[in-house]
Amino acid sequence: MKSFPMKYLYFPGCSLKGTGKAYEESLLAVFRALGIELREIEDWNCCGATAYMSVDEAKSYALAGRNLAIAEREDLDVIAPCSACYLGLNKAQKGLEEHPEIRAKVTKALAAAGLEYQGKVKVRHPLDVLINDVGLDEIAKRIKAPLKGKKFAPYYGCQIVRPFASFDDQYNPETMDRLLATAGAECVTYPLKTRCCGGSLTGTVPEVGLRLAYIILKEAKKRGAEAIVTVCPLCQFNLDGYQDQIARKFEAVDMPVVYFTQILGLAMGLSADELGLKRSIISADAVLAGR
Amino acid sequence: MAIMQTMKYEAERDGDFARWATSQTGGENLRHCIQCGVCSATCPLSLYMDYTPRRLINLAREGFKKEVLSSFTIWLCASCYACRVECPKKIQVTDIMYALKRRAIQEGVYPKRFPIPVLAKEFGRMIFMWGRVNETLLVIDLFLRTNWFKFLSMTGLGLNLMRTGRMSFLPEHIQRKDELRKVLNALDAQEKKEAARL
Repeated sequence: MKSFPMKYLYFPGCSLKGTGKAYEESLLAVFRALGIELREIEDWNCCGATAYMSVDEAKSYALAGRNLAIAEREDLDVIAPCSACYLGLNKAQKGLEEHPEIRAKVTKALAAAGLEYQGKVKVRHPLDVLINDVGLDEIAKRIKAPLKGKKFAPYYGCQIVRPFASFDDQYNPETMDRLLATAGAECVTYPLKTRCCGGSLTGTVPEVGLRLAYIILKEAKKRGAEAIVTVCPLCQFNLDGYQDQIARKFEAVDMPVVYFTQILGLAMGLSADELGLKRSIISADAVLAGR
Repeated sequence: MAIMQTMKYEAERDGDFARWATSQTGGENLRHCIQCGVCSATCPLSLYMDYTPRRLINLAREGFKKEVLSSFTIWLCASCYACRVECPKKIQVTDIMYALKRRAIQEGVYPKRFPIPVLAKEFGRMIFMWGRVNETLLVIDLFLRTNWFKFLSMTGLGLNLMRTGRMSFLPEHIQRKDELRKVLNALDAQEKKEAARL
């Protein structure tokens, strides 16, 4: 474990301030309980997600560039919990390094607003920080209410392992499995752990997107999971929010979909309320049963 | 049954488009594609596409501009990157899809009232206005511009989000909107200068 006090910059992204509030609530609660300081990046803007790349490449890099330029003013690693933000910021850093002509354009544009981008910040996922900086031994010491007998499907989604897999295996990531095991829970074998949830297609082309989300849900049910545990606000939104439409189109699955930070928080003895568990559309009571 | 031409003659190619495609970020090694089809096999969306990723890559590098830019394929790509990590030739298929989406928007040739390009454009507009995206307002805007009727089918989801406190009607915004706009405008200005030079 790194020496205390541990401190990171925090890039919430738009979803964690909106439909993914429960992710922010549980993440902040868990890090607070671990004694780790998360300082929100001052005046951060939208990362651009996947949509902006379809509009303008240089501007997409510049959106990330402004955030990174602001972050660089402090000598801290950045934690980006949303998969789209995590990839967007990392992809921009890589892209700006590999394509000097785009970098020249973006640097000039940022300079027009008095911003300087050097590319020296590390953008990390909270799973990476929990496993590699805090360490499972340290986390195990804080487990007060282990989730004995609970079975979960660990669902990583696309963008934290593809195209870059910097802290976990690209094909069979296991950091969340290990974290959930430390929290006392059991993980079912879940071969779809990195399959696409449908992304924004659930909203834009539901006849296609709903099917993709249904596949993820159905497999978790078939494997005997009581809940899907996810790391991404869009995955959570798709799998949780569209279940009534999926029930009408295919079948009722009735599968709670929670964030890994909510499960870890429960095991650390934090309350369901402060972890945002009431914000699940498909009730998370099954996860809480017996506590 | 009418007899139709099912393959393309070389004379129907647009060489400029082929050169453009192979000069895009991720498209540099488009010529290395061996048409193995691993991209189509790993793609979770290929069964809905009018051209599978393998065929689209071939059409793009050979310069069949109209087919590529007006296809559903490019818009169905959900950026899951499954193809990219499997490609034996390390072709960055997802980034090529992005480049093709940008070109389709620029030329206004995407399928009419198709929600995905509309979403991308609205997303961009919202960021320019506020610096952040409010998902609720984005979705409402999207349906007003594409399909009113579909909006009604979403009311259940809307009520659920409201009940769980996950919906907000106030635009999230950054403090220094001018700073961000200066950056984006500077890029527009560079773009114009570049276009005038060519």
